[in-house]
Amino acid sequence: MKNIIGNINKAFDHRIRLGIMSILMVNEYADFKMLKELLGATDGNLASHTKALEKEEYILVEKSFIGRKPNTRYSATKKGREAFKKHVEAIEKLLKQ
Amino acid sequence: MSTEDYLKDITEIKDMMNKSSRFLSLSGLSGIMAGIYALAGAAIAYYLVSQSGRNYLILDGKIFTFILIDLAAVALLSIVTAIILSTQKAKKNNETLWNGTSKRLLSAFLIPLITGGIYILIKIFSNHYGLTGSLMLIFYGLALVNASKYTIGNVKYLGYIEILLGLICAIYPGYGFWFWVLGFGVMHILYGSLIYIQHDR
Repeated sequence: MKNIIGNINKAFDHRIRLGIMSILMVNEYADFKMLKELLGATDGNLASHTKALEKEEYILVEKSFIGRKPNTRYSATKKGREAFKKHVEAIEKLLKQ
Repeated sequence: MSTEDYLKDITEIKDMMNKSSRFLSLSGLSGIMAGIYALAGAAIAYYLVSQSGRNYLILDGKIFTFILIDLAAVALLSIVTAIILSTQKAKKNNETLWNGTSKRLLSAFLIPLITGGIYILIKIFSNHYGLTGSLMLIFYGLALVNASKYTIGNVKYLGYIEILLGLICAIYPGYGFWFWVLGFGVMHILYGSLIYIQHDR
């Protein structure tokens, strides 16, 4: 039991962060607009959550320009994928009890 | 957190994974309509050929041109209907029609389909049109299988059925017309109804 709780990751303990990771698990990458549309979050809200995940090194942020428009692209790191998998497994185990 | 919260989390994860990687606004009704257009188009073609008094087609004949126009009309009507109905469904589901997923879906679908279309046209204009029905079914089936990973699950099986029909049709090229009716008419109505019952209501 203690071990399972240990695998529940505080970094994913929020709907938006959970959503960002879910999207990046099944997509090679996603840009800011796509995340915003899917999650229904405001710019500031989404930015603070992506920053939190970036700080944990769970996601990779690439800034570039498409023509003159700035474009921010997010992808999940290997560390992020593993952490998220463990988190989901822990939740599933908790639910089975 | 309570069990209920964790259950909600799991639902949210699944929902986001599906929404972000699969185009779920594919309309079942547009499949049914495509099937009806195909049957109507086939009936017109059948009537034209049987009225001509011949049992075969000649390439530079008037009837052949009419049949090509007939085919193009069926394709165009099906595409327009699919776009209109999917836009409506996307609006209802609060999704955008033109997003990363639908772009990937479209390119996965169009690459085999356009390759097949050009191949069939080349064959027709060099007088090898005996296997047109079979080739249309096979390339359309391949396009469906290729695109199915970006959309509703059972589209893959429709693809398999079309490929199988196309291969059997290659053995009996004389029945190409009837295989075409089965693959593009009857199968679309069946599968459209299935999607409509499972996802649209």
